[in-house]
Amino acid sequence: MNLFIGNFGQASVIVAFVAAAVAAYGYFQAARGRALGEADGSWLRLARGAFFVHGAAVLMVVGALFNIIHAHRYEYYYAWSHSSNHLPVHFMISCFWEGQEGSFLLWIFWHVLIGLGIMKFNRQWEAPVLAVFAAVQAFLVSMILGVVVGGTKIGSSPFILLRDFLTDLPVWKTQPDFVPKDGNGLNALLQNYWMVIHPPTLFLGFALTLVPFAFAIAGLWKKELTSWVKPALPWTSFGGAVLGIGIMMGAYWAYETLNFGGYWNWDPVENAIFVPWLVLIAALHGMVLWQRRRTGLRTAFVLVVSTFVLILYATFLTRSGVLGAASVHSFTDLGLSGQLLIYLGFFTVLAVGLLVKRWKSIPISEKELDAYSPEMWVFVGATVLCLAAFQVLFTTSIPVYKAFLGFFGIKANMALPADQISFYTRIQLWSGVLIAFLSGIAQVMWWQRNNKESVINAFAPSIMLALLGTALGVLLLRYFGHPITVPYAILLAAGLFGVLANFGTLFGLWQRGTTISGGAVAHIGVALMLLGMLGSAGYSDNISRNVTGRLISQQMTEEENRDNVLLLRNETIPMHGYDVTYTGQYLDVPGVPGYVNTQLLYRTDDEYKAVARGDIKRDDKVYFKTGDTLEIRPENTYYRVNYEDKKNGESFTLYPRAQINEEMGGILASPALQRYLGHDIYSHITSVPDPRKEQPWSPSIPHELAVGDTIFLNDYFAVFRAIEQAHSVPGVKLQQGDIALQADMIISGEKGRQYHAHPIFVLRDRQVGSVPDEVEDLGLRLTLNQIDPVKGKFTFGVSTTAKDYIVLKATAKPFINLLWGGTLLMGLGLCLSIRQRRTAKAAPVAKPATGRAGAQRPQAVA
Amino acid sequence: MKKTHIFVLLVIAAAVSVIISTMSGASSYVTFAEARQQAAAGNPNKVHVVGTLPRDASKQPLGLEYDARRDPNYFAFTLVDTLNVAQRVVYHNPAPPDLDKSEQVVIVGAMKDNVFVADQILTKCPSKYVEKDLGKNAPPPATAMRN
Repeated sequence: MNLFIGNFGQASVIVAFVAAAVAAYGYFQAARGRALGEADGSWLRLARGAFFVHGAAVLMVVGALFNIIHAHRYEYYYAWSHSSNHLPVHFMISCFWEGQEGSFLLWIFWHVLIGLGIMKFNRQWEAPVLAVFAAVQAFLVSMILGVVVGGTKIGSSPFILLRDFLTDLPVWKTQPDFVPKDGNGLNALLQNYWMVIHPPTLFLGFALTLVPFAFAIAGLWKKELTSWVKPALPWTSFGGAVLGIGIMMGAYWAYETLNFGGYWNWDPVENAIFVPWLVLIAALHGMVLWQRRRTGLRTAFVLVVSTFVLILYATFLTRSGVLGAASVHSFTDLGLSGQLLIYLGFFTVLAVGLLVKRWKSIPISEKELDAYSPEMWVFVGATVLCLAAFQVLFTTSIPVYKAFLGFFGIKANMALPADQISFYTRIQLWSGVLIAFLSGIAQVMWWQRNNKESVINAFAPSIMLALLGTALGVLLLRYFGHPITVPYAILLAAGLFGVLANFGTLFGLWQRGTTISGGAVAHIGVALMLLGMLGSAGYSDNISRNVTGRLISQQMTEEENRDNVLLLRNETIPMHGYDVTYTGQYLDVPGVPGYVNTQLLYRTDDEYKAVARGDIKRDDKVYFKTGDTLEIRPENTYYRVNYEDKKNGESFTLYPRAQINEEMGGILASPALQRYLGHDIYSHITSVPDPRKEQPWSPSIPHELAVGDTIFLNDYFAVFRAIEQAHSVPGVKLQQGDIALQADMIISGEKGRQYHAHPIFVLRDRQVGSVPDEVEDLGLRLTLNQIDPVKGKFTFGVSTTAKDYIVLKATAKPFINLLWGGTLLMGLGLCLSIRQRRTAKAAPVAKPATGRAGAQRPQAVA
Repeated sequence: MKKTHIFVLLVIAAAVSVIISTMSGASSYVTFAEARQQAAAGNPNKVHVVGTLPRDASKQPLGLEYDARRDPNYFAFTLVDTLNVAQRVVYHNPAPPDLDKSEQVVIVGAMKDNVFVADQILTKCPSKYVEKDLGKNAPPPATAMRN
C-alpha cells in the first residue's frame, strides 16, 4: 500500500487550484485600469509566477495519476476501476482519461500549454487573456479537488482510495489494508488505438476554443474592440482543424469498434461536441470577415462567446448525468452537477454582461451588402452553420427540459426522436446542401471583382459540370438499380459544385502565381465529406440479407427487418453476391502473426495461458511446438468469416471480433472491415451461442473399438488409427510411475478436412482418469473411458453438441473514403490558412476598408 | 425595411420552423395502455416505453425467446411497464446481449396487432460504468458477499 503517491497527487491538486486562483487574481489586478500592454509589473510577475507554479503542479498531478495506473496500485479506486494487470502500456494511457477526473486533467493540461504559448506569442495580451485562462483553470481544477468544505464536497479526486470509495465492503473490517490483486480493467471497447489519440485531440480542440473567447473577453474588457481578432485568428483556425479532426477520429473509432453500423449516431454526446464545432467554424468566418473586409465584428463577438458557452454546456450535458439513459456513452454522474452549473453560469453571465455593456461601441460596417458582395455569402453561410447547430442543440437538450421541468415537479413525457438518424437527416441534409453551395459561391466571389457578367462567367463551368456529373450519377444509380431521391440528387449536385468551384478558385490562384487558398482547400474537404456521407450513409447497402429462403421466418410480414444472417460453422451460405462461410474461432497470440485457431489451443486454468495442441506455424516458420505453453489474449474472440465474390471468384477473410464481458452483459461485438478504394465491406457479429452458458452435450454413448476400426461419429467418418504414449497431458502434471496413453482418432469433416482427436487415459496409483478431447468444428467430444488390454479393446465415450454458429450483419459502405479524405483535407486547409496569415503579416497590409476596388489583392483567407 | 431586417426575419422564421419540427418529431414516454390506444386510433408514431423484465426467484428473466438457429431475426420478450402492465415485445434483430442484466429497459417502437414491435432497445445496466463490487478480484472471504 503506497499512500505517499496519493497524498503527493492530492497535495499537487490543491497547489494547482490555489495557484490558478492566485494567477487569476494577479493577472486581473495587473490588467485592471491599465491600457493593453501596459500591465502593472509587480502584479504581472506575481501572476506569471503563480501560473508557472500551477503548470508545474498540474504536471505533478498527471505524473502521480499515471504512476498509480502504471504501477498497478489497486489500493486507489482510479487504478482499480480503470486498469488491470494484463493491460498493455499504450492502453494504460487510455485508462488515464477513461474516467471523468482524468479527462478533466487532460483538458487542464492543454490549457496550461496553450497559456504558455500565449505568454510567448502574444505578450501584449498576456495579462487580460491569461486572467480568463487562470479563472477557467481554477474552475476546472476544482472539479478534481475532492475536498469537503462545510459539508459540501467540492470536486471528485482521482486519488481516492478504494476503501474510501467502496466503504460498504465487509473486507475493510477484517483487513483494512486489503489491496486487490487485479483491477477491473479498461472498458473493452476503449482498448483501441484511436482511443489513445482521439481524446487528447478532442480535448486540445476544446482547450483551443478558450483562446478566441479569452481574447474576446480581454478585448471587451480593455476596450480593444477590434484588435483582438488578429492574434486570436490563427488559434481559432487551429482549433477548428483540431476539433474537427478530433470529432471525426471519434467517428472513425465508432465505425471501427462499435457495432451500430456506422460512424455517426446522433448520440447526445456526439452532438454536444458537434454543435460547438459548427459554431466555432461560423465564428472563424465572422473573424475572417472582420480581419479582411472590416465587416461582421458583432457577429464574430457573439459567435466566439457562443462557442465557448456551448463548450461549457456540452461539458454539463455529458458530465452531469442529465442525459442518463438517453446516451450510451456519457460519463457517470459524480455529483458535480451543481459545480458544473456554476462554472457554466459564471462565464456565461460574465461574457454576456460584458458584451451587452460594450455592444453600442462595437464598430459596424457602413457598407450595404448586396448579392454581388462575397461578404454577404460568407455571412449567409455562417448563419446556415448556426441554424444547423441550433437544430441539433435544441433536440439534444430534450432530456434537459425534462429534468428542468422535473425540478419544478412537472412531469414531462417528452423523449428524443424515435428514429434519430432520419429525424436529423431531414434537416441536416439541407444545411449540407446550402453549405456546399455557399462555400463555392463565396470562395469564388471572394477573389474577384463581381458584377453580373463576371459572376456568370465564373460560375458557368462549375455549374455545368456539377449538373452533368449529377445527371451521370443519377443514370449510373438507376442502371445499377439503386433508388435516387430528389434531396439526394440535389446534395450530389451541391457537393460536386462545392468541389468544382473551390477547385476552380485554387487553380485560378495558382495560375496567377499568387497563393494557395487554405480556405478553398478546406472547402473542398467539406464538400468531399458531404459526398462521402451521401454515399456511405445514403447508399449503405445491407448485404447480409438471407437469400436462401431456407429458414422459416416467424413473421413473414417484416421483410424489411431481416438484416442478419445465421452462419453455421463450415456451411457456406449465399449472401448478396458473395458465398460466405464461417470457419471457426480464433485468438490473438502475441508473437504470432494473424490469429490462431482455438482448436490448436488447449485452455488452462490461467486464462492468459494456453498449451499448443499442434505446431503453430505461418508458412514454414514454426512459432510454437506441440505442447508449448504460450501466452494468449483471451479478451477477444475472432470469428473467421470467408467471403467469396461470386462474380469474379475473388475471396477475402474477415475476423469480426466479440468480447466476452460479464460487466457489460455477455458479448460486445466489433466489426471487421474489408477496405476497397471505392467502398468498405463492414461486417459484425450480432449474436453467438451464449458464451456464459456451456452448450449442452448429449449423453456420452460408449463405443468399443480396436485399433484400425472405423466408425461414424456425429455423421462423420472416423478411423481409430493408433494408441500411443502421451508425453504431456494438458492441465495435468505427469509424475514418475504414471501411465498416460492417448488414442489417435482421425475424423473426416466437411470438404475433405481431417481432424485428429487425442483423448487421453491416465493411470496413477491404480486411479483411472481420462482427459476428453473436443473437435469444435464438428461438435464432437471423445473420452477414452476403458482399456481392456487382454482383448485389445478400447471403450470411447462419444458426445455431440449442436453446431457452433454466428449471426452476422454485413453492409457495404460506398465512398466512405471520401469522408475520411475530406476530413484530412479540411484540416490541412485550415492549417494552411494559419501559415498564410503569418506570411501575410510580413507583407505590407493593403487597406482593407477601401471596398471591393482592391479585391484582387493576393490575400489569404479562410 | 432594410435588407438586414428581412434577413433577421428569415433567420427567425427558420429557427421557429426548426423548433416546430423538433416538437413534432420528438417522441414521448408512454405506458403500454397509451401505446395501445394510440395504435387503435391509427397513429403510427413511435413511442418510448420504460419497463422491467419479469424475473423468477433466482433473478433470471422470464419469457425471453430467441433461437438463432430457428430465426436469427426474431427476438421476443415480455416487458412490464411502470403501471405493471405486461406486454409481449418483438424485436426483429438478435437479442441485445446485455438485456438480461439490465435493471431498466426502454423500448422504442409501436404496437402492431397484439405485439409491441420495437426498433430499438435501450438498456440501463446497474454496473455499466460504476463498479460497485470487487467482482472476480474479491478477497476469498468476501466472495460470498457480492451484491
